[in-house]
Amino acid sequence: MKFMGYVRSNGKVGSRNHVAVIPSVICANDVAQAVVGQVQGTVGFFHHQGCCQLPPDLERVTDTLIGLGCSSNVGAALIVSLGCEGTDHERLLETIAKTGKPVEIIRIQELGGASRAIQAGIDAAQKMVLKVSGIQREPVNISNVTMSIKCGASDTTSGMASNCVVGYLADKMVDLGCTVVFGETTEFIGAEHILAKRAVSPEVGEKIYKIVNRMELRAKSLGCDMRKGQPTPGNIAGGLSSIEEKSLGAIVKSGTRPIQGVMEYSEMVTTQKGLWIKDTPGREPEILTGMACTGAQFMVFSTGRGAPQGFPSMPVIKVCGNPNTFNLMNHDMDLNAGLIIKGEKTIEQVGEEAFQKVINVLNGEMTKNEAIRYFNSIDIYTMGPVI
Amino acid sequence: MEINMNLKLALKVHDLDNVATIFANDVVAGDEVEMHDKKGHSQIIDVLGEVPYGHKIALQDILVDEKIIKYGEEIGVATKDIKKGDYVHVHNLDSTRGRGDLKGEVVL
Repeated sequence: MKFMGYVRSNGKVGSRNHVAVIPSVICANDVAQAVVGQVQGTVGFFHHQGCCQLPPDLERVTDTLIGLGCSSNVGAALIVSLGCEGTDHERLLETIAKTGKPVEIIRIQELGGASRAIQAGIDAAQKMVLKVSGIQREPVNISNVTMSIKCGASDTTSGMASNCVVGYLADKMVDLGCTVVFGETTEFIGAEHILAKRAVSPEVGEKIYKIVNRMELRAKSLGCDMRKGQPTPGNIAGGLSSIEEKSLGAIVKSGTRPIQGVMEYSEMVTTQKGLWIKDTPGREPEILTGMACTGAQFMVFSTGRGAPQGFPSMPVIKVCGNPNTFNLMNHDMDLNAGLIIKGEKTIEQVGEEAFQKVINVLNGEMTKNEAIRYFNSIDIYTMGPVI
Repeated sequence: MEINMNLKLALKVHDLDNVATIFANDVVAGDEVEMHDKKGHSQIIDVLGEVPYGHKIALQDILVDEKIIKYGEEIGVATKDIKKGDYVHVHNLDSTRGRGDLKGEVVL
C-alpha cells in the first residue's frame, strides 16, 4: 500500500509541506504571527511557554519545539527568538538543521525590535517558501506513516461508535507496518488494567500503571474533587457519568493490538513500529502538540459533541459518533460514524471509509479544519509552575 | 442487527452491564424503550424518568454502594438505591477515582 508523500533528505516522509514559523517563547508570538499572516505556505506554532519555568519544563519546551520542527510535514523552519528566553534556541536551531531541511533563526532584540524582526522574518520565510514549494510528491510505502489518535468533546456515542471506528483503523494501520500513537493518560484512569494486559512485557505494563498513577496523583495533589474537571461539563451533558466511564470508552480507539511501549511527552518516533502510548493529558492544545511532535503525519480525532479544532502542521480527521452532531456540525466533521448508532452501517464499513479518507488526506486532500484554518489553539504540556 | 427506528432504542454494550444507553430524543417517565444487546437480543424496559439522548438507564435494581457496570467494567458506584428503568447519571452514580476529597482514600 502506497501514498504520495514528500520525501525529506533524512528519509522521513511528510503528508504536508509547510514552512513552520516557531516562536521559541511566548514573547515572540506576535512577530511570528505577523510573518505567518503575510507569507503563504507558512504555519505558526503559537504557544505560551519558554521562559520563567523550571529546568525540566524548559527542556521539555525545547524538545517539543525540536519535535515540531523536525516533523516530516515541515519542509523548512524559521525560529523566532526574543533573545533572552529560557528555551535553548541554539539547540533548537542545531537539532532541526541536522534533519537537512532549511532552518533559520531571527532574534527580535538583536534586530532592533518587533517591526524590524517582522520584516526580517517575512524575507526569510518568503525565501523558504519559494524553496520548498517546488518539492514534488513521490510514491512511498504507507509503513512510513505515524498515525496519532485522540478523542475530544466526547459523549456516549464516542465509546460506542466513533472510537470503535478509530480502533478498527488503528489495528489496520499497525498491520500495515505503521506506527500508531495514542495518549490521554487522564483517560486511562479506571481502564489501566485493560491496557496493561495488552502490554508486550510486564515492564511496559508497569510503565502504564506508573503514568496513570502520576496523573491521578497530580489531580489529587490539589486536594479537591477531580470531578469538576473530568469528565468535563460537556461530557456530563453528553451522558458520561464518571472518569471511569469516559476512560473505558476512550481506550476503545486504541484498537486491539499489543502495546509496544510508553513514550514521554516530547519524544519523537524514530524507529518505533506498532502501537505506542504517549503520556499526554486529554486537552486538545497540549495533546495535539505532543502528537505532532511525535512526527505523526496526521491524526484521527473521534468526537461526539463536536470538536472543530486541528493543528497547524498535522491534518486532523474528525470522526463523529453522534448522528445529530454530524448533521449540525457538518462543516467540521469529516466522517459520520453516527450511522453505526442508527444501525445503518457497521463499524467495519465506516472503518474502511475512514481508511480511504486517511489515504486521501496523506495524498494531500485537506481535512475540514485545514480548509478553514481552524488550528491555532496549540500549547505545550508542562509539569511545573510558571515562576 | 435490524433496528426499527420508530422504537425508542437503548443499547447494552456488554453481557455484564447493569445499565444501557438510550439513543432516542425526548424520553420521559412512562415511555418504553427497546433495549438491544450485541447478540441481537432485545427487551422492553419501562423508563421511570426523563432521560436525555445518550444517557443511561438501569437494567435491574441496583442498591446503594453497588457497582455500576458498563463495557463489562465498573464505571462507579450507586449513591442511592436505583430501580430498574431509573435514569442513571451523576445524581446517583459516583466515580471512585482521581479524587482528593475522599477521606481515607488510598494513594498508591
